[in-house]
Amino acid sequence: MTEALAFYGFAAIAVVASLLVIAQRNPIYSVLLLIASFGALSGLYVLLEAPFVAVIQIIVYAGAIMVLFLFVVMLLNAPHEDTEYDERVHPLLRPGPMKFGAGLALLLIAELWWALGRSGDSGSFPAGAVASVGAIGRSLFTDYAFAFEVTSILILVAMVGAVVLARRDPAEQRISPLAVPENLEEEARVASSFGAGGPAPTENRP
Amino acid sequence: MTPLLIAQIVLTLFVFVMLLNSAAIMVYVERKVAALLQQRLGPYLVGPKGLLQPIADVIKLMFKEELRPRAADPLLFALAPIISATAAFAAFAVVPFGADTTLLGLLREPLRLQVADVNVAILVIFAIASMGVYGIVLAGWSSNSKYSLLGGLRSSAQMISYELSYGMALAAVLLIGNSLSLTDIVHGQAGTWFGFIPRWFIFLQPVGFVVFLTAGIAETNRAPFDFPEAEQELVAGYHTEYSSMSFAMFFLAEYINMVTVSAVATDLFLGGWQGPFAETIGWVWFLLKVAALLFFYVWMRWTLPRYRYDQLMAFGWKVLLPVAVVNLLVTAAGVLYFGI
Amino acid sequence: MIPLNYYLILSAILFTIGTAGVFVRRNLITILLSIEIMLNAVNLTFVAFGRALGSADGQIIVFFVMTVAAAEAAVGLAIVIALFRHRESLNPESFASLKW
Repeated sequence: MTEALAFYGFAAIAVVASLLVIAQRNPIYSVLLLIASFGALSGLYVLLEAPFVAVIQIIVYAGAIMVLFLFVVMLLNAPHEDTEYDERVHPLLRPGPMKFGAGLALLLIAELWWALGRSGDSGSFPAGAVASVGAIGRSLFTDYAFAFEVTSILILVAMVGAVVLARRDPAEQRISPLAVPENLEEEARVASSFGAGGPAPTENRP
Repeated sequence: MTPLLIAQIVLTLFVFVMLLNSAAIMVYVERKVAALLQQRLGPYLVGPKGLLQPIADVIKLMFKEELRPRAADPLLFALAPIISATAAFAAFAVVPFGADTTLLGLLREPLRLQVADVNVAILVIFAIASMGVYGIVLAGWSSNSKYSLLGGLRSSAQMISYELSYGMALAAVLLIGNSLSLTDIVHGQAGTWFGFIPRWFIFLQPVGFVVFLTAGIAETNRAPFDFPEAEQELVAGYHTEYSSMSFAMFFLAEYINMVTVSAVATDLFLGGWQGPFAETIGWVWFLLKVAALLFFYVWMRWTLPRYRYDQLMAFGWKVLLPVAVVNLLVTAAGVLYFGI
Repeated sequence: MIPLNYYLILSAILFTIGTAGVFVRRNLITILLSIEIMLNAVNLTFVAFGRALGSADGQIIVFFVMTVAAAEAAVGLAIVIALFRHRESLNPESFASLKW
């Protein structure tokens, strides 16, 4: 009974939070709602007797990837989407790819409904077939050792790629109001030769 | 409603209340120890030897006006201290603080002195430490002021950078302890070598202990890593715009995080509740060890100068992380060679 | 006991929500978030089947999916930052022309 309650509770949170993620205008709220959805999914993993996956879901997804998203949203000061257009025209009536996309989503829902309704009774899970963390580790480092090593290279590539892509091009440095003028030394020399009260300040000093 | 269930519920409430008390005690201890280190008196007016000072502080905080800047996002502004405080309390839920007890024979089965007995306890602590970052970054963002935003971003960047070294030190202990459950790790530290040296993991992992404690101090944003909330540089960092009970919650969250890091370090490295007569008064040993680590925390704050932010980040990435990784490798080699 | 079907239905619903998000939203970051929703739905399916078949493989695949999702989110967000610097907009329609 408690398991059913937990399942429906977590499932409801996950679905509602995900719906709100794609319905929200403010990107920060979207990120926070997605974190809530990940938390609910983590609860579902605990119900599926996979505590290791549940915890690394929180550590990796909710604790690292979402922090990255949040930082990017904050640093870009992400603007809200244009809402008047969205409120005037229903997604299914908009031109071009959006109509196609919305129609496709509806089709997907209908298809899934049909397929899952026909699947019949799959029964409950076999009891006692739980993989412990030790078994996961053993399998990971023996059967999947190659994939494990390749994943480490993948992360290295992603790190290097992210740093290179997000780097500001030095040629387009914006001039700040406190920029040092190029002829600073000459001006300093001129100023010291005049004593107190040097030449008039140049325009790019505050 | 078996007696065991009632005892567990009472234990949960007890742990919650004791954590609140520990924050209050830490307020007093911090001010008194700071005073003694600086050769002055500290609080001495309120109650005998100033012992009622925390109560005065709490009453003052409760009666202050609760401000909210007009440009602040109301939902996030209210949510941020809640997330901080919740994460701080939740992390302590999986920390065991004593041996199994039958409460002097009242219970038929022993009560585990741990609010939630999960067998992946170490990972849960790490996960909840990751969630604590959100309280700070949302506080910085929602206040909509430059000091808060800078402080919040710097603080959260610092926390996620030092989490890596924290995790590596944890992983090294995992190799020796052979289990993810904190209770098993403490049980693995029972007994002595040569009759008088206790089998604590600090003797097997001295570097790991130093890395863990340093990363823990950086995680809790305490000096010498408290640049993001330094008064001289950033007014008060991410909690500039907070007052009254919201500020109290950040305050509370910081002290409880300190207690949690000390408690986890005690369980992992100092043998938890092991000591003479561990079965009955194990929790006393635990308290003494946690108190020693908390004193160390306060001592560090009032002795060391503050790291500048770029020095702090450079230290975390270029010094602490390689040391932690090498420690992990050496530990793995040791475990393979000695077959511990 | 919750039958396997229920987990699959939930996973399907989440996947559909993610897909709808990718198609309907016009904010690059929300599109990336919808991709994360889809990946999570897939993770749930893997773990559910892993439990049903009693093998650790489901959880191991989830481990790899999470790692790949992290790498993809990092690179995707770096691209979003680079794009934002050029057009000051997160609307994918402002990147519709081939001229940079």
